[in-house]
Amino acid sequence: MQNGQGARKHTIAVLVENKFGVLSRVAGLFSARGYNIESLSVGETLDPTVSRMTLVVRGDEFVIEQVVKQLHKLVDVIKVIDLTKENHVERELVLMRVNAEPQHRTEILRTADIFRAKVVDVTPTTFTLEVTGDESKLDAIIELLRPVGIQELVRTGKVAIARGSKTARRRPEERLGKGPDAERRRRELTNQLDEQSRDPRVVGFAD
Amino acid sequence: MKLSGARIVLESLKREGVDVVFGLPGGAVLPIYDALYDFPGPLRHVLVRQEAAAGHAAEGYARVSGKVGVCMVTSGPAATNLVTALQDAYMDSMPIVAFTGQVPTHLIGNDAFQEADNVGITRPCTKHNFLVKDPKDIAPTIKEAFYIASTGRPGPVHVDLPKDILIKQADFDYPETVHLRSYNPTYEGHPGQIRKAAKAIMRARRAVLYVGGGVIASDAAAELMELAQLTRIPVTTTVMAMGAFPSDHPLSMGMLGMHGGYAPNMAVYNSDLLIAVGARFDDRVTGKVEFFAPQAEIIHIDIDPSSISKNIKVHIPIVGDARRVLAKLKGFLLEEGAGDPPAATREARDSWLRQVLQWQTKHPFRYDWDDELIKPQYVIEEVSNLTRGEAIIVTGVGQHQMWAAQHYRFRHPRHWLTSGGLGTMGYGLPAAMGAQVGRPDRLVVLIDGDGSFVMNSQELATIVENQLPIKTVIINNGGHGMVRQWQDVIYGGRFCSIDLSASPDFVKLAEAYGAVGIRAIKPNEVVPALEKAFATPGPVVVDVMVDKDEYCFPMVPAGGANKDMLLEKPNKEVKAKAAKSQTGF
Repeated sequence: MQNGQGARKHTIAVLVENKFGVLSRVAGLFSARGYNIESLSVGETLDPTVSRMTLVVRGDEFVIEQVVKQLHKLVDVIKVIDLTKENHVERELVLMRVNAEPQHRTEILRTADIFRAKVVDVTPTTFTLEVTGDESKLDAIIELLRPVGIQELVRTGKVAIARGSKTARRRPEERLGKGPDAERRRRELTNQLDEQSRDPRVVGFAD
Repeated sequence: MKLSGARIVLESLKREGVDVVFGLPGGAVLPIYDALYDFPGPLRHVLVRQEAAAGHAAEGYARVSGKVGVCMVTSGPAATNLVTALQDAYMDSMPIVAFTGQVPTHLIGNDAFQEADNVGITRPCTKHNFLVKDPKDIAPTIKEAFYIASTGRPGPVHVDLPKDILIKQADFDYPETVHLRSYNPTYEGHPGQIRKAAKAIMRARRAVLYVGGGVIASDAAAELMELAQLTRIPVTTTVMAMGAFPSDHPLSMGMLGMHGGYAPNMAVYNSDLLIAVGARFDDRVTGKVEFFAPQAEIIHIDIDPSSISKNIKVHIPIVGDARRVLAKLKGFLLEEGAGDPPAATREARDSWLRQVLQWQTKHPFRYDWDDELIKPQYVIEEVSNLTRGEAIIVTGVGQHQMWAAQHYRFRHPRHWLTSGGLGTMGYGLPAAMGAQVGRPDRLVVLIDGDGSFVMNSQELATIVENQLPIKTVIINNGGHGMVRQWQDVIYGGRFCSIDLSASPDFVKLAEAYGAVGIRAIKPNEVVPALEKAFATPGPVVVDVMVDKDEYCFPMVPAGGANKDMLLEKPNKEVKAKAAKSQTGF
């Protein structure tokens, strides 16, 4: 299935009961079918009894529909959202320790600055950097720093959240429903979303 | 009121209305067995001889009674033995709750004696499972376990109980209700979708009702009958649904699929509307999916959304309980005027039914009589005649199972127990045990194969001990017949490791356990042997020596299309073709 026709990456958010064993139930669903989870991150939500997982899996529509149904079927799963269908933000965190010999220190710091990376640990010969961003941004800084020597690197896997809508359940424009004002409100919202997507603070590299 | 964890387990079972537990004690669950010693009941414990049998017996009990079956075994090897039964129950959606003992909490993960990662092992083969880490959680966990097992799509639930939790005390307060925010099965089908289905049925000229085990699980046989009669749509059942529709009804086509009848397989292939009810389009049913109902609009009624469009794209999905959806569907159909269809529709449907009847008449399930060798199909026919279709029939897995599904004339739901999804050899004897305990008033007949029977023949001891008057009929062909058939038809007659002629003498084996043994060798001995068996009180084993060259037909080689079924023993050319098209077992 992984390289099936029409296969593409899906980012799926799963709200689960915060209990032991839930992670392996979710992971087991995939391994039992012989396919791979590209990335998985888990953490508590505002409600400490609920955890949220962000899963990145690859598959065509048919496979993903099955995955979502199977996830729903697990007794500990409260909600499954395929964020790929939503306007959403994805981020990942990388910590990496790079060689920082005197002749490279300025260059590394300048690169870090461009990518809004933070230096979180310094030794006479190394920097440890913290960077967040989407996949392509992290790939880019890793490639740039590879020549100076990356000693160790750790990525968290993706976390993702829907833009705008509070519940990430439906697109905000779908929630406007019908009625006399709906069209006008839909137009306003679309403009607003367009505005947001042009805002450098919310999209793209320079966040 | 403070009670030990073990006592809480028993009190909870009592609150759930459990009257029988199939089990086998051992170190980690001894506190429960000790509490059982003077438990004021009523709670019967049936001691099995191997743990898998406890699980299958619980399945058998659940199937015939419609209640949740319960089994209890100890930690480690006992739990791993139980795994087969759990997976079997999972595949066939049988509601059971399985308790296993676990080493004390401080030893969990320590490679302690008789330790296994029970919840880890059973996770993929249960609907849900629990590890209880505090005695106060026992009662709510058991409440949830029974609720999950019996609601929605039923299935097995496993509860792992560490020994120290069973010894520690806690307040006992059995919860009245369950609230699981993450588990909300849908029972009422979407009215809009059901209306759409009704309209599709009104349009259809060549409709087929394809019925699965879900109809039995939701006790929807009456609603199914009403729908079939109202619309005059012929009915085919999966192996799980035998008895959901009486096989002597004019609209009954019997089983479809790999060893199904010619008529249902052709009817499905030529249908313009397929109404799947509580059936999951198993690969043994569909054959090659491109040729399964290729021209049909498909309605799928199922309580499990993940079953819908899993194998075959469905046009009108309806998630809900079969009984409720069928009842609502009937209402909509009546509103649409289904009781009095236009003449053209009536004519088209009549001709469809004539076509189906023609297929049935042309290619019924058949076999050739032989004066010397007993034909296995004949044995099933006579069991059917002598019991008038009123017995509870249990089977093992193999040719005998398919012959039983083909030749027994089923009349009632919950009277047919077989391992449909997992195909577990050895299922028969313990499942029959559970069935007889659940329905002491009914004749329970186990039709087993010699290969399948020996996989759990030790349970004869349990049957004799409990005086369960099960009549076992062994269709003895001295080998693994179904495997032999495959080796012949698909692997060019290269018979490898299928000979079981070194099996024990089953008459003597029965006697050794304290049961009655009878043997039939000639065709004219079959009826007297069966009559004697049914007239003899207590457990009886009838060893019927059948023609080992008799094969189970029709047959669709795995991966083939149902319409291309083999109706009889193929010649060399056909075999070569089958071998070529073989895509996997």
